[in-house]
Amino acid sequence: MLSDKDRIFTNLYGREDWRLAGARKRGDWSGTKEIMAKGQDWIIDEMKASGLRGRGGAGFPTGMKWSFMPKKSDGRPSFLVVNADEGEPGTCKDRDMLRHDPHKLIEGCLLGGYAMRCRAAYIYIRGELIREAETLQAAIDECYDAGLIGKNACGSGYDFDVYVHRGAGAYICGEEMALIESLEGKPGKPRLKPPFPAASGVWGCPTTVNNVETIAVAPTILRRGASWFASFGRPNNTGTKVYCISGHVNEPCNVEESMSIPLRELIDKHCGGVRGGWDNLLAVIPGGSSTPLIPKAVCDTILMDFDALREAKSGLGTAAVIVMDKSTDLIKAISRLAKFYMHESCGQCTPCREGTGWMWRMLERMAKGNATVDEIDMLLDVANEIDGHTICALGDGAAWPVQGLIRHFRPVIEDRIRTARLKPLPTAAE
Amino acid sequence: MPKLTINGTEVTVDAGKTVLQACEQIGIEIPRFCYHDRLQIAGNCRMCLVEMEKSPKPIASCAMPVNEGMVIRTNTAKVKKARNGVMEFLLINHPLDCPICDQGGECDLQDQAMAYGLDRSRYTEHKRAVPDKDLGPLVETHMTRCIHCTRCIRFATDIAGVEELGTMGRGEHMEIGTYVEKALTSELSGNMIDLCPVGALNSKPYAYTARTWELVRTETIDVHDALGSNINVNARGREVMRVLPRLNEDINEEWISDKTRFAYDGLRRGRLDQPYVRKNGKLAPATWKEALSATAGAITGAGGGSIAAIAGDLACVESMTALKDLFDQLGSPHRDCRQDGAQLDPSVRAGYLFNTTIAGIEESDVCLLIGTNPRWEAALVNARLRKRYLRGGFRVFSIGPRLDLTFPVETLGAGPETLEAIAAGGHPFVETLSAAKRPMMILGQGALARADGSAILAAAWRIAVTCRLVRDGWNGFNVLHIAAARVGGLDIGFVPGKGGLDVSGMLDGASSGKTQVVYLLGADEIDVRRLGSAFVIYQGHHGDAGANRADVILPGAAYTEKSALYVNTEGRVQQTKRVVFPPGEAREDWSIVRALSEAIGARLPYDNLAELRQRIERAHPHLAERGVAPGAPWSSFGHEGRMDQAPFRSPIDDFYMTNAICRASETMAACSALYVGSTAGKTGTHG
Repeated sequence: MLSDKDRIFTNLYGREDWRLAGARKRGDWSGTKEIMAKGQDWIIDEMKASGLRGRGGAGFPTGMKWSFMPKKSDGRPSFLVVNADEGEPGTCKDRDMLRHDPHKLIEGCLLGGYAMRCRAAYIYIRGELIREAETLQAAIDECYDAGLIGKNACGSGYDFDVYVHRGAGAYICGEEMALIESLEGKPGKPRLKPPFPAASGVWGCPTTVNNVETIAVAPTILRRGASWFASFGRPNNTGTKVYCISGHVNEPCNVEESMSIPLRELIDKHCGGVRGGWDNLLAVIPGGSSTPLIPKAVCDTILMDFDALREAKSGLGTAAVIVMDKSTDLIKAISRLAKFYMHESCGQCTPCREGTGWMWRMLERMAKGNATVDEIDMLLDVANEIDGHTICALGDGAAWPVQGLIRHFRPVIEDRIRTARLKPLPTAAE
Repeated sequence: MPKLTINGTEVTVDAGKTVLQACEQIGIEIPRFCYHDRLQIAGNCRMCLVEMEKSPKPIASCAMPVNEGMVIRTNTAKVKKARNGVMEFLLINHPLDCPICDQGGECDLQDQAMAYGLDRSRYTEHKRAVPDKDLGPLVETHMTRCIHCTRCIRFATDIAGVEELGTMGRGEHMEIGTYVEKALTSELSGNMIDLCPVGALNSKPYAYTARTWELVRTETIDVHDALGSNINVNARGREVMRVLPRLNEDINEEWISDKTRFAYDGLRRGRLDQPYVRKNGKLAPATWKEALSATAGAITGAGGGSIAAIAGDLACVESMTALKDLFDQLGSPHRDCRQDGAQLDPSVRAGYLFNTTIAGIEESDVCLLIGTNPRWEAALVNARLRKRYLRGGFRVFSIGPRLDLTFPVETLGAGPETLEAIAAGGHPFVETLSAAKRPMMILGQGALARADGSAILAAAWRIAVTCRLVRDGWNGFNVLHIAAARVGGLDIGFVPGKGGLDVSGMLDGASSGKTQVVYLLGADEIDVRRLGSAFVIYQGHHGDAGANRADVILPGAAYTEKSALYVNTEGRVQQTKRVVFPPGEAREDWSIVRALSEAIGARLPYDNLAELRQRIERAHPHLAERGVAPGAPWSSFGHEGRMDQAPFRSPIDDFYMTNAICRASETMAACSALYVGSTAGKTGTHG
């Protein structure tokens, strides 16, 4: 178990003051100027050495992403965009960071923005997070007043602004290209890649989009050193991570733990175990709604990190663990997720626009048993036709839960269909 | 130039091209719905997926720029499967109404479903239905058929320059529309019908009138403006059913204006299908013999000095040549093809041509508009200006009324005083124009068709010379005509001869009785009240203003009913082809003049069209070259003089009502009422 001294988010539960004074007590904003004085390349190298992988879901190495930004401007300014449009069902980590520890994020914006030679950071915050946006703005105001950001930030001689931009609550705006479109004031429809944001992002300028957690952990990594951060977890899956555990556990929670912690340990130690005991477990969605579920047999031994979950044909995603015990109607559960993706599809490209609704309708029927066994293969076929054929990853995210369901629980669907067939047809009253 | 491998074949393409274009270069066809050469790339239909080495997912070839060393495969099972999947998704919510769909037979979805579709549907859920939108009198919608390729949106936004279409809603509830329902306000809106790959956007006037396979297609040119847009006229039997654009990069690319496309129903209404002779104050049907002898009698009775001829805006080179030859034989110098009174100098060809050429606009960097509204006078010149503007580094200035041309225009002034100041060199704009690499000026008929037109032409000439608009390999002096007949008429010299009267002189003469016979060759846009008691001969195809006043009507052929030459505003000679025969007794125009010459006893020396064309080409060798705009040598033109200080105004008050064909068209009338007509004075029961 991760000891308290190694936790980065020391106010994750909001028991202390989130304001600047409180944050300073917890070590934020200490030596920021000195870190900046070590230079931009040093910061990026340190991030690379820490092995930090993006915490938004895709797990792209952060140091490498930062190094894609132009070292010399061609006249265009560069921007850091923080993705605080946390909308993945099951995920609620960024929200706690924003309301209880906003200064970690703001300091991270300055250090990351400085390392990438950015002119400013835009924090795109989900529309529903109203109080969080207010807290964040208040924290930013405090930083401006204290000279930590703005002109000559922290006395470093570097000018850096931080802006909060509030979204309107569309899930798709958490996709980096849609987020950029939305930030520009356009409908949130993902742009085509290439060009990638580092070449042409927001307003056509070089841009890096990072998750809140990715940016918020950066100052601590730079203060305590890359080797400290890299000492947690397995190689290629290093550091600490905030897990969000919800569903059929006794005590759902957000908790910062080491990467590569066994799933069972995570649930038993921090969440009071699965409702009705470990043997009552049916399946777990390990990384937010778009990752395919894993059945109990896999859960018994799986480690919570990028590589282990990928081997299990799932993913770490945002590390939002949704626990489902044996009382769960899995078909209905996945159908509900399919409905969510249908509702949140932007409608721009064909497979996602047409396919998500089709999948939901089929799953709704299957949940009632109103289908044929052949249709299970057809459903899988439709999911495969969406997967990988869309502009952004929403289509993939819609297809994966369905693929996961069929991969591990096909007999459940078949049973449902057969049982429904056995039921006598209602006859007219005589 | 990057080199890539496609299906094992190495291909070198220009940097900046896409994978789809590279595939096309070696003859591999990639299916697509959203991609279109002339529109921005959207990449949303996902039909063009191909496999790229090192990419785990298939890529959209329409949006992927080529890179050195790329390895592309377009024929693998994975690609086929991906395309089949996309095709299936497109079809699940597409109605099966092909038998009653106007797009049937020329539908991209139909065609590609043959190649990539499954033979039966696996979709058993309910299909989506979408309410239709009312986009005005031209574009009919069947939104349930829409496959959301967004071509129409991109056309409206980029090419037409009206940001009126967009998407509403998300996911499967996404709809294309105007949000607040309204008619599209573009002069190019009909092109969306061609762009729509399915039957979601159809032509409203053409709807349900014919099936595509019944139509006979004839490649010809348009005469509704002076551009000579290349068109494909589709006819069934003796009726023109629709007009489509035909690719010509130099003129209209692949667009046409709504007037060109939709005015064809005017060809069926108000036609002159037999000769008439006025008897006891009333026009009475007559035979050709009676009409010709009445005409011959009036002309011979009056004698050379007191007969005059005016050619209208739709007259072809052949009929004007024949009429000019006839008047030469009769000894009359009174003829004019400038019924609006434009003060153009027929002796210098460069002085009345659009010398830069339409395609040349794309090379320009500064443009000065003088007394013109290109959006209405030549919608496709305006589209070119916008295309050039979108590329950046292009400034447009204007002297004349403030207008919305779909791109920013800096207005310098309203009338001649600004022009004078620039010509005198004292205006700050002189510097801008002189500093430009490829400066151009477009002189509209609004600046020329006025009493001081010649002085304005001279001032424009002075600006062209002092600001070096004409330099090596570049001629930036342009006159924008609005009449298809005008350049041809000026080229063959259908202008007053020595001592001859121009249009206003003829009308004065007719009012005072000095001019006894006036021959109107399709001239309707003159003040017929000033014809006084003159004997009026009207040769033309529509019962418009000229025919109403006529004493003899000789029914002619419209542009779809004859093979005839027209010279566009650039000086490009093009030929119409006969799509259908003229109605009833109507005849081709040159042959009417030829027959009249015989009735008069002054027989013209050509017996068929080929001989007449030989005569034209002998006299004007530059008319022998078809389809090119070779330009003309530069020299001085215009007459310096005092200018009236009245501001310039465009000669076109109503884009949809510019000639006899439009005025007979119900579609154009509906457009005019909707887009131009004022609502003042109308009660609730109008319309």
